[in-house]
Amino acid sequence: MAELAAVIGIGQTKYQTKRGDVSIAGLVREAAQNALIDAGLEWRDIDAVVIGKAPDMFEGVVMPETYLTDALGCNGKPMLRVHTAGSVGGSTALVAASHVQSGVFKRVLTVTFEKQSESNAMWALSNPHPFSPHLNAGAGGYFAPIIREYIRRSEAPYDAGIKVAVKDRKHALRNPLAHLQLPDISMEMVEQSPMLWEPLRFLESCPSSDGACALVIAAEDLATQAPKKPAWIRGGAMRSEPTMYAGREEVNPQAGRDCAKDVYSQAGVTDPRRDLDCAEVYVPFSWYEPMWLENLGFAPEGEGWKLTMEGATSLDEGGDIPWNCSGGVLSSNPIGASGMIRFAEAARQVRGDADDHQVEGAKLALGHAYGGGAQFYSMWIVGSEKP
Amino acid sequence: MTTEKTEEREPITGMEAPLYLKYKFTAGESTAKFLSQLKLGRLTGQRCPICSQVYVPARGSCARCGVATNETVELSDKATIQSFTIVHIPIPGNALQPPYIVANLVPDGANISFIHLLSECDNEAVHIGMRVEAVWKPEEEWDYAMENISYFRPLDEPDVPIDEIGR
Repeated sequence: MAELAAVIGIGQTKYQTKRGDVSIAGLVREAAQNALIDAGLEWRDIDAVVIGKAPDMFEGVVMPETYLTDALGCNGKPMLRVHTAGSVGGSTALVAASHVQSGVFKRVLTVTFEKQSESNAMWALSNPHPFSPHLNAGAGGYFAPIIREYIRRSEAPYDAGIKVAVKDRKHALRNPLAHLQLPDISMEMVEQSPMLWEPLRFLESCPSSDGACALVIAAEDLATQAPKKPAWIRGGAMRSEPTMYAGREEVNPQAGRDCAKDVYSQAGVTDPRRDLDCAEVYVPFSWYEPMWLENLGFAPEGEGWKLTMEGATSLDEGGDIPWNCSGGVLSSNPIGASGMIRFAEAARQVRGDADDHQVEGAKLALGHAYGGGAQFYSMWIVGSEKP
Repeated sequence: MTTEKTEEREPITGMEAPLYLKYKFTAGESTAKFLSQLKLGRLTGQRCPICSQVYVPARGSCARCGVATNETVELSDKATIQSFTIVHIPIPGNALQPPYIVANLVPDGANISFIHLLSECDNEAVHIGMRVEAVWKPEEEWDYAMENISYFRPLDEPDVPIDEIGR
């Protein structure tokens, strides 16, 4: 039987195009320090550190954890690095949580980051393969044909993606940490932005950000003594599947459905739209909101776009199930941290600590991340009350 | 010794430290067979002994069933568009000028798609289910590479019903 664990400290940096004032070490330390302050703790109170980031190829710094040990106060403590491509922020939080749930550690610090200003993710994701023509044009090039197939199957209106792009940027205006601050955002502005990978436009894609996110996760006895309200971890799950196999369902992947089913069952969720108060879901390209609404069971297959178009996922439109109140990946994308930001923002909601993007009275929230060729999934559900 | 005062210097914000990676690809038995046939102008795949699905390019196993694939199957160089994107930005390290169409293509006889370039077509008319054929480079340029096919172009054949693509 797993021990109870809760998030007792959350630390983020401001997300922006370039943090020229800090090194990678300075960036992760800033987030970690913010999390410790939030938890009312000192470095010496931490038993172990779990770190995550996206592929080393991005910044070209191989095994950055080797030089981040001192910045993260790991001297004499266990340190572990997690890697599951874009979902790494989520899976790193889950590994840190299981360090505590196992009963082995009492307080674990977990940190994820990306410094995209020192990196070139488009280049790193466009390398030639010896058995394929050199036509892989970044993440957007990979996902655009899958999105096209979703649009064909669901008969979604052409502007459902545009609507998501506007909605999440409006949410970002409520979050001072969000990278993109576009007060004039409108359907016309998104529609007129340059087409990158049809059907994806520039403003339907995530930005490149510098940033880090950290959490302190504590065991039940210490969590109840924390100065601020804990976010109780009510369930956590990961699933993976191969990138390619004959007959693979790429629009609505099996691993995502299985992962959601597992985390819902742990948290006692039977109808996610009804039972959850909000969700922070990894949507790096606009159309992934309706696609994940279906994959995660918030809408029947083929009908995710209806929730988007009705405003059900919008805080500004008073929707019943707001998604990505922080502005989401579409507004801030330090890749390695992006999954953990989802997990952290879900926790902020149930702690009642989300300031201007707070969903009033939020008690149960989903944090979600996906990565690779939509093949790695990590999810948690956090609650304001102990299970 | 320099007499330059510290405050007159440009602040140092970074340094160039290029790293060069050169990979030696160990193809393995299946991919080596695939590439050898490709050098002869032939597309081949491999069939899974359990689910009977044909993989191209074969990597030696069926990722769904977790078993080795060793029956080689000759494939046609005609294919069906499973999906596609029109890309308006360049690929780092590739001279290809945007816009260009990258399509997920299922060659006849296979059950999985690969990506390749689509050309000699009206971009607006390209659609899922459309039939296409390979346009090969001159034989003397053939190597162990998918680039032996310059691109695919539309075929004057009826569309494949969507439920039957790759089946």
